[in-house]
Amino acid sequence: MTGKQLEGHDPMELVIGKILRWGVVVAASVGALGVVGELIIRAAATPDFRHFSGDAATGLPAIVVGVAQGHSRAMMQLGIALLIATPIVRVGLSLVAFAREQDRTYVIITAMVFVLLLYGLLGGSV
Amino acid sequence: MTILLLTVLLALGSILAGLLGALTGLGGGIIIVPLLTLGFGVDIRYAVGASLVSVIATSSGAAAAYVKEGYTNIRVGMLLELGTVTGALVGAWLAGVVSTHVIGAVFGIILLWSAVNSLRPHPVHGSEDPPHPWAVRLRLSSTYPTPDGPRHYTVQGVPGGLALMVVAGILSGLLGIGSGIIKVLAMDQTMKLPFKVSTTTSNFMIGVTAAASAGVYLHRGYIEPVLAVPVMLGVLTGALLGARLLTLANVKHLRTLFTVVLVVFAVQMLYKSLTGSL
Repeated sequence: MTGKQLEGHDPMELVIGKILRWGVVVAASVGALGVVGELIIRAAATPDFRHFSGDAATGLPAIVVGVAQGHSRAMMQLGIALLIATPIVRVGLSLVAFAREQDRTYVIITAMVFVLLLYGLLGGSV
Repeated sequence: MTILLLTVLLALGSILAGLLGALTGLGGGIIIVPLLTLGFGVDIRYAVGASLVSVIATSSGAAAAYVKEGYTNIRVGMLLELGTVTGALVGAWLAGVVSTHVIGAVFGIILLWSAVNSLRPHPVHGSEDPPHPWAVRLRLSSTYPTPDGPRHYTVQGVPGGLALMVVAGILSGLLGIGSGIIKVLAMDQTMKLPFKVSTTTSNFMIGVTAAASAGVYLHRGYIEPVLAVPVMLGVLTGALLGARLLTLANVKHLRTLFTVVLVVFAVQMLYKSLTGSL
């Protein structure tokens, strides 16, 4: 049995796990803040979600601009974006961990997963 | 319905979904879409978007704890993520081209299949047969903790497992679910991993898989924050509560209850999709 067999106890993995949990906590808090803001401003509004409208379409630049302008809707979207980013950061850190172990096969595998995730994060357009 | 009332009801419903999902180990994601479409009359595309977000939240929150326990096989997870992430991007693309009736009908079928499958027993221990050649090359075999100390297992059926992961990814991207049941099936039936390793490694992969299609959904406008954020907060709360209650509840009865709920939802989703009202 080499140390590799105990990968679950690898200190790097534990650090990654902690980051993952904090990512969720931060994302949920930011999202909750956005909900509170939205409820203060628009509690009595009655939006129609029965039919898809595409109004929610957004990207990272638009979210950042919206948050800077103090929009609660953008704040909720920032929470969602942070949440989506959390597992992606996790894969990025695993890439670093495999690189430090000089594990070339898994550096390549993890890099491929990471690139596919970034492609999705950028909207999945070619 | 006003945003205030909607937020409160969504949060309550999602807490219940997260609670049941955590207690039964089947995940709350699979009942969020029926809850939103059948219960709140929401367009299925918004429902799928909100569900996907909640799946990332619960998976990422729980994965950290499992890795610590030493069950998660990170190499297996990373390798199979190649399959699930590719599938998730295909699924997200598919969600944009097929009609909502098709999505609803596929969802109904997967619900039914999940209900039946949740009653199937799982092999507890892994295999000690000679590993698949790819598993040797990729150093997939590992050990997992048991009361008698670490126990070794080998990994079989790597190509078959990878292929099933692509399917799991497609369904995750199309339906906004974690596809945990298919991932576990691929790992414990095809790759012959010990059950606890399958479930924790599956959970490890679910957040990454869902994140792949969530980016696409965000850009396309499927993730309506007024729906997605209360659902995410509710499911997270429910999952945390569930983890605390796990030792107290009678899981067997709960699983039966959950299975019945799945079947009822499945029939309604199928009926509404086929009659064109979803």
